[in-house]
Amino acid sequence: MTRALPVLTVLAIILGVWYAATVWMNAPQVRQAAARAGVDLTTAEVVARSMSENRPMLAAPHQVAAELWKGVTGQPITSRRSLVWHGWITLQATLTGFALGILLGVGLAVAIVYSRVMDAAVMPWAVISQTIPIVALAPMIVVLSNSLGLGERLGVENRLVSKTLIAAYLSFFPVLVGMVKGLRSPDAMQTDLLRTWNASGAQEFVKLRLPASMPYFFASLKVAIAAALVGAIVGELPTGAVEGLGARMLVASQFGQPLLAWAALFAAAILAGMLIVAVGAMQRAADRRMGVRG
Amino acid sequence: MTALAPAIAFWIAAWAANVWLARQASRAARALVPALFGAAVLVLWEGAVRAFAVPEVILPAPSVVARTFAASLPLLWSDFVQTIVKGALSGYAMGCGTALVVAVLIDRSPFLTRGLLPVGNFVAALPIVGVAPIMVMWFGFGWQSKAAVVFAMVFFPVLVNAVAGLSAAERMQRDLMRTFAASYWQTLWKLRLPAAMPFIFNGLKIATTLAIIGAIVAEFFGSPTRGMGFRISTAVGSLQLPMVWAQICVAALAGTAFYGIVAWAEARVTFWHPSQRGRG
Repeated sequence: MTRALPVLTVLAIILGVWYAATVWMNAPQVRQAAARAGVDLTTAEVVARSMSENRPMLAAPHQVAAELWKGVTGQPITSRRSLVWHGWITLQATLTGFALGILLGVGLAVAIVYSRVMDAAVMPWAVISQTIPIVALAPMIVVLSNSLGLGERLGVENRLVSKTLIAAYLSFFPVLVGMVKGLRSPDAMQTDLLRTWNASGAQEFVKLRLPASMPYFFASLKVAIAAALVGAIVGELPTGAVEGLGARMLVASQFGQPLLAWAALFAAAILAGMLIVAVGAMQRAADRRMGVRG
Repeated sequence: MTALAPAIAFWIAAWAANVWLARQASRAARALVPALFGAAVLVLWEGAVRAFAVPEVILPAPSVVARTFAASLPLLWSDFVQTIVKGALSGYAMGCGTALVVAVLIDRSPFLTRGLLPVGNFVAALPIVGVAPIMVMWFGFGWQSKAAVVFAMVFFPVLVNAVAGLSAAERMQRDLMRTFAASYWQTLWKLRLPAAMPFIFNGLKIATTLAIIGAIVAEFFGSPTRGMGFRISTAVGSLQLPMVWAQICVAALAGTAFYGIVAWAEARVTFWHPSQRGRG
C-alpha cells in the first residue's frame, strides 16, 4: 500500500490536469456552437458539454475509455473495427522484429566480446546507427521490400516485412549493449577458476558467461520490446498501411475521428504495458529455473 | 563481376589491416579501425551495385548519392532548417527545460517522487510518437506541431532521469551541507544539481535521437512543402531514391552531431565522474 498510494496520487493529478485541459481546450468550440445555435450557456453547461463533444480537440478521459471499451468489446475481435484485431496485426510485427533484434543483438554481442577487431570496428557503428532516425528509412524499406518481393519469397505480407525490419532495427541495439556488458561481467577470478578446471572456451561461454549475462539480458529486453513496438507502429505510419494500431491512428486523424485516434493511442500504450509485464514474467520464470532467490 | 572483385579485395585488405590495427595500442590506430570498416562497407556497396546492375530505384550506389547530395545542397539546407532547427531543436530545448524545472519542483515532495518514478518510467516506454497526428491537428502544419511532438517525446525520459539524479547525492554529503548551514537553493545548486548531472545527461542523450525521430515522423502527418520528412515521403513516392538517401545522410549527420555535442558537453560538465575519467 505504501507503494501504491504515491503512484495513485500521481495518476490522480494527471487525470485532474487532463480534465482541466479538456475544458480549457474544448470550451471555445462549445461556445462557438452555442453562439451559432443562438443559445446562452452557463459556465456549468459549457463545462459539461466540453467533456462530451463528438469531435473534441482533446478527448476527456472517460470518452477515451468508452471508445476503447467499444473498440475492444463492441464487435467480434475478427472485425476490422476491433482494436484487438488491429493490435494483433501490430503485435505480430512487434514480436517478429523483437525476435530478429534479439538474434542480431546477441549474435553481434558474442562476436564483439570474442573478437577485438569486431569490437573496434563494429561497436562505434552500432552506436552511430542509433543516432540515425530510422523512421527516415521507413518509406524506403517499404519500397525496397516491395520491389524485391521479399514478402512473397518469405511467404508473408510485404507490409509485415518493412514493419518487422524497423522493429528489429530499433530493438537490436539495447540487446547488443546489454549483452556485451553482461558477457563481460564475469571477473578474472571466475574465468581463472574455469581455466583451472580445464574448461573449454565453449564451456566457459555456456556455464559462466551466458548465465552471468542473464540479468543484463532481461533488463535490455524490457527496453527492446518497447522499442520494437514503437518501430512497428512507426513503420505503419508512412507506409500507407490500413491495418494495425499505427494505421488506425493515421486514418482516424485524417478522417476527423479524434476519439478513435485517442483510443488507438491508448490501445498501443496498454499493449506496451502488457509486453513489458510479459517480459518481467519471463525474467522471473528464468530466475526461478536458474535458482535465483529473491 | 568486374566491379565486384576489386571491392571484395578491398574488403579483405581492409579487414586484414583492421586485425593488425586492433592490436596496436595507440589511440589513432584505434580510431582508424571503424573508419576503415565504414569505408570497406561503402566500397563493397558500390561494387555490388555496379556488378549486379542494381536499378537506382532499389538501391542507388554511394557515388550517385554523393553526387545528388552535392547537387542539392540548398534544398537539403532548407529542409534541415525546417525540420531540425525549427522543429527538433526548439522542441528539444522546451521539452528538456520544462522537464528539468518540473523535476526540481517535484523533488521537493518525496511522496510525489515515489509516485512519479514508476509512472514516468512507464510513460517513457510508450509509443508517444503516436501523438503526432493529434499535435498536427492542434498546432497546424507548421513547425510548431513538430516541436510539440518533440516536446512530448523528450519530456518523460528527461524528467525520470532528472528526478532519479536529484536523489543521487549521498546522505553524508547532504548532512555536510546542512552543517554548513546551506539553504535549500545552495544545496541544490552546489551539491545536488552537479551530482545529478550524469543522470540528466543520460536523459538528454536519449532525447537527442527521440527529438529528430519525432520531428521527422510528425511531418508524415502534414507539413509545409519543405522539411526532411516531407521530402522523404514525396521522393519515395516519385522513386527518387538518391534524394531519399541524401536526406538520410543529412539525418544521420545531424543525429550524430547532435549526440556528439551533448556528449561533449557531458564530458565538460561531469569531468569528475568515474565514467569520464581517464579519457585523455
